[in-house]
Amino acid sequence: MSERTERLSVRKTYKLFIGGAFPRSESGRSYVVTSSKGDFIANAARASRKDARDAVSAARKAFPGWSGATAYNRGQILYRIAEMLEGRRAQFVAEITAVGGVGAKQAGEMVDAAVDRLVWYAGWSDKIGAVLGSANPVAGPYFNLSSPEPTGVVAVVAPQGPLLGLVSVIAPVIVTGNTCVVVACERAPLPAITLAEVLATSDLPGGVVNILTGSAAEIAPWLAGHMDVNGIDLTGADAELAVTCEELAAENLKRVLRPPVDRVDWLADPGIERMTAFLETKTVWHPIGV
Amino acid sequence: MTTPLAEVASSPSTLRAFLHGLPGVDRVGADARAAMLGTRSIKTTAKKQAIDMAIRMVDLTTLEGADTPGKVRAMCAKAVRPDPGDSSVPPVAAVCVYPDLVATAVEALAGSGVKVASVATSFPSGRSSLEVKVAETSLAVAAGAAEIDMVIDRGAFLAGDYLKVYEEIVATKEACGRAGGAQGGRRAGGAQGGQGAHLKVILETGELATYDNVRRASWLAMIAGADFIKTSTGKVSPAATLPVTLVMLEAVRDFLAATGRKVGVKPAGGIRTTKDAIKYLVLVNETAGPDWLDPDWFRLGASSLLNDLLMQRQKMATGRYAGPDYFTLD
Repeated sequence: MSERTERLSVRKTYKLFIGGAFPRSESGRSYVVTSSKGDFIANAARASRKDARDAVSAARKAFPGWSGATAYNRGQILYRIAEMLEGRRAQFVAEITAVGGVGAKQAGEMVDAAVDRLVWYAGWSDKIGAVLGSANPVAGPYFNLSSPEPTGVVAVVAPQGPLLGLVSVIAPVIVTGNTCVVVACERAPLPAITLAEVLATSDLPGGVVNILTGSAAEIAPWLAGHMDVNGIDLTGADAELAVTCEELAAENLKRVLRPPVDRVDWLADPGIERMTAFLETKTVWHPIGV
Repeated sequence: MTTPLAEVASSPSTLRAFLHGLPGVDRVGADARAAMLGTRSIKTTAKKQAIDMAIRMVDLTTLEGADTPGKVRAMCAKAVRPDPGDSSVPPVAAVCVYPDLVATAVEALAGSGVKVASVATSFPSGRSSLEVKVAETSLAVAAGAAEIDMVIDRGAFLAGDYLKVYEEIVATKEACGRAGGAQGGRRAGGAQGGQGAHLKVILETGELATYDNVRRASWLAMIAGADFIKTSTGKVSPAATLPVTLVMLEAVRDFLAATGRKVGVKPAGGIRTTKDAIKYLVLVNETAGPDWLDPDWFRLGASSLLNDLLMQRQKMATGRYAGPDYFTLD
């Protein structure tokens, strides 16, 4: 009789998320992700500047379609992301607790909060125009209307932490019609890639969100200097990196969202500042009568 | 080769015997070799040189039904000075337009050294009578085109009527020379004096089905007097591919060895990125040899490629990735 062999578990290869696909890093590099106790969890792709460049091209390509979609449609898709995330709750809880530092209960609360955050931003998609837009009284025979428009391709340096912070920086950028390239938290990149799997199955067009794992200090300056990136969110950058990136971002006058001064409570009501940071106002003068 | 090359076209049967006597192409081998050469890594100073060389080899092309004189003039300005902010960028080799816009392009490029190429012979399908094709060629040359990009009759080629294809190329070549000879002195920067216009023969490899046919069509065009053989019109997919260009480069290399006459190669259509362009340059160097790495012997038919070359050039100069917002659209 043959001996019963123990089944080998099939491990997931964590890759990047660019243009709706999951490529390995162009550089072929990877790095070891460990728990807070130093135990091996997985190998994650270490993105290079060329991956960043590819991600920007993908984001640029996706921009006309995404910004041209109706606000209603964008809201539906964000809501769909929330639905998909809810369905994967257990997987996220497992990944968050594996990194360590939080218990299962706390991790569950974080996932719930991330789902709620998406639903909250989904609701804003067709309301932000009403809040920020206006009919302006002008001294002349014109209708004068202002409305918020998306900035374009936004680079995002995601905050430390596994999921809630990440969702809280991606959702406000894309709900208004921007597309983004996200540099995930270096220490806890696995939930970011699992989030990419959620995004890929949520009718979100490929390229609207691109997720890179690896060193923010290595990749973010390339994004900050990229002439085809229109804005950069430095929430997750340390002080030194933020200065470097802001200087590089000046060349093509990127909109820059500086890192918060105080520690952010991601569970708190975020307000609309993250959305307005990457909106610009278009004003139209329309003649009245003839 | 039992028949001397000059006499292979004396009858349909000798021509057929010659073309079918050419060795067959190993399709898998050609694909693999092209793919292997495509993996060569060209970086830093070599890349800088390659980018400038590729810019000098570009035939900046617009072949749309919606082409206007204004668009052609704008493209000509870009051909002469591809990056208005950087005078170190060399001009491209030529612009390529439809015959009716040749005069506009000639006027816009007068004295610049950039040549005007015109497609002719009922481009892109080539479905018309020989008289019309010859007349179109003559008119384009008379308008000042220095280069004529003709299409072969793929229908006749695939039907095995090689002599018809041969005779059309010969007639077009004659029209290039005749019209150029008569008009040569009239326009500066136009057809090159008594030599007439250069003839590029478009094989439209996307419609030829096999690499064996590509090799046959290449030889047929060269025997008939082509100065250049060109892959595609850009209107059929697949357009230029690396393996097809490999087969054509082998043909021009072998033709030089057999006859002592050098023929140029022009892949066209579908070459959009600097990476693609550099792959072609590697292919030229490794197949036909460095003698062909010159705008007189190798061209890249493209429109959007130039912007990508300029963006890569700027990236190498400034160290930051460039964006299309900062280059002219074409």
